[in-house]
Amino acid sequence: MSRVTRFAGRDPGPTARIAGFIAHLRENGLRLGVAEAELCLAALTEVNPVQPAQARRALRAVCTGCKEEAERFDALFDSYWMDAGRVKQKVIKSPSSAMSDDVHSSREASGQAAKSAGAATAPDDGQDEADSDGTGKLIATEVRNLSRKDLRDMIRPDDIAEAEAIARRLGVALRDRRSRRRIAARKGDRLHFRKTIRHSLATGGEPVRLLRKRRPDRSRKIVALCDVSGSMTVYSRVFLAFLAGLMRADSTADAYLFHTRLVRITEALRDKDAMRGIGRMSLMADGFGGGSRIGPSLGLFAETYARRFVDGRSVVLILSDGYDTAPPELLGRALARLKKRGCKILWLNPLKGWRDYAPVAEGMAAALPHLDLFAPANTLADLADLEQELASL
Amino acid sequence: MIWTDLQTALGRQGYVASDDLAVALHLALSLGRPLLLEGAAGVGKTEVARSLATARDTRLIRLQCYEGLDAAQAIYEWNYQRQLLSIRAAAEDGETGKAVEARIFSRDFLLERPLLAAITQDSPPVLLIDEIDRADEEFEAYLLEILSDYQVSIPELGTITATTRPIVILTSNGTRDLSDALRRRCLYTYVDYPDRETELAILKARCPDIEARLGAQIIGFVQKLRAEDLEKTPGVAETLDFAAALMGLGIADLTTNPTMLQSALTTLLKTQTDQAQITPEVAARIAGRAA
Repeated sequence: MSRVTRFAGRDPGPTARIAGFIAHLRENGLRLGVAEAELCLAALTEVNPVQPAQARRALRAVCTGCKEEAERFDALFDSYWMDAGRVKQKVIKSPSSAMSDDVHSSREASGQAAKSAGAATAPDDGQDEADSDGTGKLIATEVRNLSRKDLRDMIRPDDIAEAEAIARRLGVALRDRRSRRRIAARKGDRLHFRKTIRHSLATGGEPVRLLRKRRPDRSRKIVALCDVSGSMTVYSRVFLAFLAGLMRADSTADAYLFHTRLVRITEALRDKDAMRGIGRMSLMADGFGGGSRIGPSLGLFAETYARRFVDGRSVVLILSDGYDTAPPELLGRALARLKKRGCKILWLNPLKGWRDYAPVAEGMAAALPHLDLFAPANTLADLADLEQELASL
Repeated sequence: MIWTDLQTALGRQGYVASDDLAVALHLALSLGRPLLLEGAAGVGKTEVARSLATARDTRLIRLQCYEGLDAAQAIYEWNYQRQLLSIRAAAEDGETGKAVEARIFSRDFLLERPLLAAITQDSPPVLLIDEIDRADEEFEAYLLEILSDYQVSIPELGTITATTRPIVILTSNGTRDLSDALRRRCLYTYVDYPDRETELAILKARCPDIEARLGAQIIGFVQKLRAEDLEKTPGVAETLDFAAALMGLGIADLTTNPTMLQSALTTLLKTQTDQAQITPEVAARIAGRAA
C-alpha cells in the first residue's frame, strides 16, 4: 500500500493530478468543486507535499467536510496516490458510473449496520415457524431474507405524489412553538425596542407607536424509521410511499429502514427522480421482508445517527407492528435513550387499527411508556388523519 | 513558518496537538480559511483556540452559540436606553431631528458583539465560534456571509469592513447536521479521543508533577473505560480532573484503594446510569488490567 502511484511520463503535472484526484473523490460521492481543487493546490504549497503523510493531512483538511468523509478519505487517498491509481480511475470511469455509485452507497451502509447485527444473525433454518404458538398471529421471524425485492414493482408514482401532499400537511401540523428568539409581529408579547426607537424619530423621540415582537413558530424535523420486516410486508407499500413523499416534501426530514439491520435511506430518497430513488433504496434494503430486530436497530439508531440528527425539535416517527425477535428490554432502553435527546416519539402501528387490538406484543408493551403518541396507520388516508393529533402535540 | 513550529508553539502552551490537527491549523492560518473542528465533547476543541490565541499572543474572542442566538447577540445591537435618553436631552436643547439621528446612530451608541468585535481589532484575533451546531440554520447562513466577505452591514451606519481578518475556529459537537455550504467554506478536522501516548503527553503537560507510574495507570484506566458501553464517554478534560482528584486524594496507585478510586470516578462518569454500571468490581477489574 505504501508504494506511491507512478504516473505516466506524459502526465501533464501536479495540477492535473490534483484535478484528477478531486474528480476521483467526486466519483466517490464527496461533493467538491473547482474551488476545492484550487484550495488543495494552495494547501500543498504550505506543507511538504513530497511526504505522503503531510500531503494526506493537508488534503484531508481541505477535501473532507464531516466525520464519515474523513474516515473514508484514507482509503480514497490510498487508491489514487498510493496504489495503482490510474487503473482504479479507469474502473470508476466505466460507463455505468451512476450505477456504481449506487452499489457503493449500499455497501457503505450495510458495512456499518452489519457491525451491530453480525453476531446476532440467526442460523438459516429455512421457513421454520415451528416455535410459533400456533394462534395464527403474525410472528416476527429471525431469519434474514436475503432475496432482493425491487420496490419499484410495489410503489407507483401517484402513490408518492399523494404521500408527498400528506407529508407536507403533516409537516405544517407539526410546529414547534418554543423558539427563544423573537421576530416583529403585530400582536407580540414583548416590545420591539429596535423598531420602536426607529419609528419614534418621526415623532421627535416620543415613542407613540409601540411595536411588538413574538416567538415565531418553528417547523419540526421529522425522522422516520420504517420497519420492513416480513410481518410488515403488507403495509410496506403504503409506508415506503409515505417515506418517499416525506423526503420530497420536507428537505430536513430524515428516513431509515430497519429489519434485522438499520439502513439510512435519506440520501437515496433525495434523488430527483422519485422512482430511481426507490430503486436505490431497494438496493440498500438488502434483506427486505426478512426478520425483525426492532430493539437493536433502534438502539443502534439512538447511539449513532440520533446523536447527530435528533434534537429537541425532532419528531421521531416509528412505523412498525412491534413484533420483535430481540428481548423487549432492548427496545425499552433504546427508546428511553432516544427520548433523552428531547425529541417526541410517535409510533404508528398498522395493527392498532384492528378491532380488539391490545399492545400485548412484549416489544410494544415495553415501548408504550416512552411514546408521545401511539396511533393506528394502515393507509395513506390514516396518515392524513393524523394531522389533527399532531397539531395538538 | 511550517506546521511543526505551530505544533511546538502550541505544545509550549500545554496543548498537545496531533499531526492532523496541527497541519489543519497551519493551513487555516496560511490560507486564511475558517477551521471547523468536530468531535465528541471534551476532546479539547475549545482549548485549541485558547492555546492558539496565547501562542500567537492575540485576543481570543468567543461566541458561544445556543438555540435562538440572533444577530443582536452575535453581531451588534444599538444601545437603546442611551439613545432614548439622548433623544430626550436633544429635545430640550432644541437640536434638529437630522442632527439627533446622525448622533444616536453613530459608533458611540453601538454595542459591539463578538462577530463585529472580531473584525474591528487592530491585530488579527482568534475568533472562536463555539458549538455552532446549537445555533439555528438562519444564523449559520448569516455567519457564512460574514465568513466570506468579512464585513457587516448596519443599515443606519453603512458597511463596516474588516480591519483585520480574524483566525476563525468553529467547533461542533454534531448535535445537528451542518449545512454543506458552511462545511465547504471551512477546512475540516475531526478531533478524536487521543491515543495512549498523546493522552499521556497531555497529562504530563498539564499536571507536570504527577508520578510517571500513576500517570500511566490513569491513562490506561481511562482508555479502557472508553471502551466500555457508556452513555457519556469521558473526554480529556475529565481525565485531567480525574488525575487532579487522585492527586488531591493522595492516591499513588489505582489498584490499592478501591473505595477511593470509586469516589474519584465521579470526575469521569457524568450520568447516573454510567455510575451504576461501573461498580467498584468493574472499576477494580479495569484498574487491574490498566496497571
